[in-house]
Amino acid sequence: MAGTAAVAVTSLTMISQAQPNANPAPAAALMKIAFTVNGTPRALEIDPRTTLLDALREELHLTGTKKGCDHGQCGACTVLVGGRRINSCLTLAVMQQGAEITTIEGLGTPEQLHPLQAAFVRCDGYQCGYCTPGQICSAVAMLSEVQAGIPSHVTADLNAPAAWSEAEVRERMSGNLCRCGAYSNIFEAIQTFAGKRP
Amino acid sequence: MRPFTYERARTPAEAAAAAKRHAGAKFVAGGTNLLDLMKLEIETPTHLIDVNGLGLDTLETTPEGGLRIGALVRNTDLAADARVRRDYGVLARALLAGASGQLRNMATTAGNLLQRTRCPYFYDTNMPCNKRVPGDGCAAIGGFTRQHAVIGASDACIATHPSDMAVALRVLDATVETIGPDGATRRIPLADFHRLPGDQPQVETALAAGELITAVTLPRPVGGAHFYRKVRDRASFAFALVSVAAIVQRDGSGRVALGGVAHKPWRVEAAESEMTKGARAVVARLLAGAKPTTENAFKLKLVERVLAAVLAEAKGARG
Ligand SMILES: Cc1cc2nc3c(=O)[nH]c(=O)nc-3n(C[C@H](O)[C@H](O)[C@H](O)COP(=O)(O)OP(=O)(O)OC[C@H]3O[C@@H](n4cnc5c(N)ncnc54)[C@H](O)[C@@H]3O)c2cc1C
Ligand code: SF4
Ligand code: FES
Ligand code: FES
Repeated sequence: MAGTAAVAVTSLTMISQAQPNANPAPAAALMKIAFTVNGTPRALEIDPRTTLLDALREELHLTGTKKGCDHGQCGACTVLVGGRRINSCLTLAVMQQGAEITTIEGLGTPEQLHPLQAAFVRCDGYQCGYCTPGQICSAVAMLSEVQAGIPSHVTADLNAPAAWSEAEVRERMSGNLCRCGAYSNIFEAIQTFAGKRP
Repeated sequence: MRPFTYERARTPAEAAAAAKRHAGAKFVAGGTNLLDLMKLEIETPTHLIDVNGLGLDTLETTPEGGLRIGALVRNTDLAADARVRRDYGVLARALLAGASGQLRNMATTAGNLLQRTRCPYFYDTNMPCNKRVPGDGCAAIGGFTRQHAVIGASDACIATHPSDMAVALRVLDATVETIGPDGATRRIPLADFHRLPGDQPQVETALAAGELITAVTLPRPVGGAHFYRKVRDRASFAFALVSVAAIVQRDGSGRVALGGVAHKPWRVEAAESEMTKGARAVVARLLAGAKPTTENAFKLKLVERVLAAVLAEAKGARG
């Protein structure tokens, strides 16, 4: 009996100690933020610690954008902001006030696939599919970067437009890792899609 | 991540003054290094000052014929600028050798200079690290040191500076422009900007608390052939083991700076008088006094070989 009480007291003490430790600081004051996601204006009231990635997934329930590493190392969280690709895990939602954000849900729908999505299906550019939304968002913006004449590490002449090559695509897509190693089919999908461009 | 308050500054003076008001404040630009470290609670600012709206995102030609790069110019845009590609190729090459397309779209000039080391023990909060917790000790010394410094290190810290861009800026004799919390501006040569670790490895630059970088300026172009050679464990998206930034003139003279070997971009101007004598002669002076570990001694030979390849290519191009 005494033993049971002691156990109970001990565990109670542990709980009462554990609770304040789990959240040592007072909750951060929420902040109002507004941006456009896939053409729809969105207003949120969120903890300033929320990354854009978590805001998209947890607040707006747009779960197409994936969390792989949460540290900029894998590219699964790639979205477009003002048409430019970024890692949504390394920016805060509050830093995106007024931004125009495009996620995989905004590129195409199951009924009307984006041509690059269709190319991924046709070329089997995935196995598990976890990296795929990031690969597709990244590749769409990567092609705009090529068209805008932005050079890459493998561009031979900095003062001439980059020629299209497998090496260029692979270098420019190196921020998107694929744990399944579907790289050759991902390349084929991008190549198929790019070949259709005027 | 620890809680913090957040504000958007509208002018450089306002940002610097805000930093003065909040003792635990940090500026946030691209966020790609700061947020990474805040998630791990290695950085624990209590207030964030967003500097993205300061209008410091332009490139201008200076009256002297150089280039003034706004602190908030993104790495992608800097590398793509026609003047940078034509006149400062070593800088474009260094930027393009760093990180990934997504990260370069976010990363800024100032943030890149101020990114912190990639020493794995700095990142592992279970290990002692003088840079993270001053006086804690250094787990790297006697640990796994393949990536660490071979020169300029101390008994307190043997970390390297991870930036590629900074190595190119060093070879280009860049200057950092700042505004202090009291509104005073100053210009810091890049040579004096990053510090060696000494007994205070947590103090990494010449910046004072709350001092904001407004721009980086480059002098007039110096011509010559520009090279940035980075050697790493993967062909792309990896930090340098060593890197060589070099500008070689038609007569074989030139400049060279190294990345991946020290706590700052490593350049010894006196070694450059040996440029026409070849890589071995240059490296003998550039890395004189190096103290590698058995795990990273390969960096000395690697630097020499990379520089030899650069000099051979420069010679070949001259015909
Ligand atoms: C997976 C990965 C791979 C990478 N690979 C490479 C690589 O190969 N080579 C390489 O060089 N880099 C690499 N990086 C690092 C990257 O280049 C830096 O994270 C980036 O340049 C930091 O810039 P930022 O604008 O995002 O800085 P932030 O994260 O916003 O800020 C960094 C620091 O600078 C301070 N700061 C920002 N702006 C100012 C200002 N105007 N005045 C004063 N202080 C300021 C902040 O307070 C903070 O302390 C990599 C990063 C990741 C995540
Ligand atoms: S080398 Fe420097 S950064 Fe790495 S553990 Fe030692 S003190 Fe920390
Ligand atoms: S989740 Fe953002 S890069 Fe991995
Ligand atoms: S398809 Fe599985 S990670 Fe790429």
